[in-house]
Amino acid sequence: MLLESKQIFEDQMEAVERTSREKGFDYTNLALLTDGLRAEREQGITIDVAYRYFATPKRKFIIADTPGHIQYTRNMVTGASTADLALVLVDARNGIVEQSRRHAVIASMLRVHHIVLCVNKMDLVDYDESVYESICSEFTEWAAKLDITDLTFVPVSALLGDNVTAHSENMPWYEGPTLLHHLEHLYIGSDRNLIDPRFPVQLVIRPMSNEHHDYRGYAGQVAGGIFRPGDEVVVLPSGFATTIAGIDAYGGPIDEAFAPMSVTIRLADDLDVSRGDMLCRPHNQPTVSQDVEAMICWFSPDRPLSAGSQYAIKHTTRSARCRVQDLHYRLDVNTLHRDEGASTLTLNEMGRVALRTTAPLFVDEYRRNRMTGSFILIEEATNETVAAGMVIGAA
Amino acid sequence: MRAPRLAGGPIAPKATRREPEAALRTTPLAAIPAPAGILARSRPTILTVTNVQTQISHLAALEAESIHIFREVVAEFERPVLLFSGGKDSIIMLRLAEKAFWPARVPFPIMHVDTGHNFPEVLDYRDRRVAELEVRLVVASVQDSIDQGRVVEETGARASRNRLQTVTLLDAITSNGFDAVFGGGRRDEEKARAKERVFSFRDEFGQWDPKNQRPELWDLYNGRHRKGEHIRVFPISNWTELDVWQYIADDGIEVPSIYFAHRRRVFMRDGMWLAENPYVTLMDGEEIEERQVRYRTVGDMSCTGAVESPAETIEQVIEEVAASRITERGATRADDKFAEAAMEDRKREGYF
Repeated sequence: MLLESKQIFEDQMEAVERTSREKGFDYTNLALLTDGLRAEREQGITIDVAYRYFATPKRKFIIADTPGHIQYTRNMVTGASTADLALVLVDARNGIVEQSRRHAVIASMLRVHHIVLCVNKMDLVDYDESVYESICSEFTEWAAKLDITDLTFVPVSALLGDNVTAHSENMPWYEGPTLLHHLEHLYIGSDRNLIDPRFPVQLVIRPMSNEHHDYRGYAGQVAGGIFRPGDEVVVLPSGFATTIAGIDAYGGPIDEAFAPMSVTIRLADDLDVSRGDMLCRPHNQPTVSQDVEAMICWFSPDRPLSAGSQYAIKHTTRSARCRVQDLHYRLDVNTLHRDEGASTLTLNEMGRVALRTTAPLFVDEYRRNRMTGSFILIEEATNETVAAGMVIGAA
Repeated sequence: MRAPRLAGGPIAPKATRREPEAALRTTPLAAIPAPAGILARSRPTILTVTNVQTQISHLAALEAESIHIFREVVAEFERPVLLFSGGKDSIIMLRLAEKAFWPARVPFPIMHVDTGHNFPEVLDYRDRRVAELEVRLVVASVQDSIDQGRVVEETGARASRNRLQTVTLLDAITSNGFDAVFGGGRRDEEKARAKERVFSFRDEFGQWDPKNQRPELWDLYNGRHRKGEHIRVFPISNWTELDVWQYIADDGIEVPSIYFAHRRRVFMRDGMWLAENPYVTLMDGEEIEERQVRYRTVGDMSCTGAVESPAETIEQVIEEVAASRITERGATRADDKFAEAAMEDRKREGYF
């Protein structure tokens, strides 16, 4: 698609063509474009997420190109964590395979709102509508088990360009949009939470200059809802109520702030507010709890997760420590089977856990708010990020 | 050829199916008389007023993300520093830092790794900005590293101080005790950079291990490190060259004059126009000629090439960048042309 929309620069393309020739490939290996590391090119596989950027006259896109193999599930989870849309590629000759199901499961768990199933290599099945239809119905039936809000199918041939940027003359039976048209026109405005006001405080701004002698503002990025001057707010964890005296962006006050704006909020009263605290509305507050139920994906290749172990936890701007109280089950991302007998999670495995934290966290369900519903676990001895978590609820 | 163009407009279409903005800003949806057409059909069942202006442009979204990153670092690290070359990327970095902490001053020093082969216009610019913002400037000099015997000057016509900078940079990080180092690297620049994290861990030798990077999810950054290790932070990871120029235009940011078309005495080497300057020696067959050029990147004079260009204004530069089919590094950096993994290898050693 990058090629079709003329988004590959000539010098990059030349380098890829040169390498493909030198390695004796029959055709230009476009994967070399995103396999940016020496090890990836040597082994001919994608190991890590590569970010690429592309723009059409209508939209700007960031592509997280993630490896597909199960041993890189953690990279897929990473790519999905910030994505609005996931493209899942299916080979028309093979139909829905384990890998396609796994990708859809990960996308739905990470709350990627829009999933597009590209039935690729239609040229190799003679552009047969019935092949496409049976793949679509098989997938739709299976996807009913998942939490997917928007699912779209497009029959394509990525190699020959059918239905990528232009309608395919080989598939007159397909009346839907081309892949690019769909990506350009998809409405993503409602995917952010504009309902529940959440403002995790990042740091306190006190200029201590003559010009701004008494200035005291709370800097942060809005994680949900809309804030306006005059709004009544509650500060967590203290529970004190006050009103917003003003909202500043660089250079002066603004009328309102919503996700994902980075702003500075001034309060009407002098309160004890610091990093890790959260502003919300009196009648719309997150759950304040030291007991969190969550799905996590385990990242550490060296040590498995088991009940009783302790980690540092980062949630919004708040840091604490936590203990794994219980591993309820391990989830098989291929079959959705829950193994309740599991006692550990190893690299790339997902499971549901109960955590007990040293300080209360202010959480929302991940499916309601990606920013206040997500966290990472860090192993304190090595400083490695060992897990990503999505909040299911609090006790 | 179809040029990728951005209107600088919203990432997503605005919610145009709603009624006039002014009415909706203050009026609950339930109170709006149902007009003809789409609104009547799609009347939402919720009563919360969703403002028509709750979309921000893609540049505003990038700015908000970068500001968030700057603030995370200042909140969690003891001694951050911002690398400043006087190039466009470090210029917008400094501008973003200024915005992130306003009305307070930028709460960390800036550091220039000085190869001694500078464009004079860029040094002027640096000194003006430093005075304006009242920030502390740390200059780490490659010449000092050479004089102290930390590195050995390359010889020959292609000698460059580019690679030597890594030692100067790492020495300065260590001697100043910096624990977070802001860099202006962008993922669209180069394929090894496309793999880089926003918070990128460096071990006690300043090395990057690309095969063993910390997973980075959502906007949760893991900056934990032991003494002697540090984190490179890339707040504009997700910006493209075009984004940078559009931001410079929208925000009215001044950039050094060499980014715009001017007459300059240059010579052709490896397909690039290098400026005639005291730090390079001409090789056989190379001839000085005067051309109208501009710079797409600003680095060491001995290895940064100019491109022929008529673009004299920001608008013309944006048009040129949008239509360009060659990456800025491919067009103007001798250092990246050596080998397929040139950047990866330099980055492993601790380069920017």
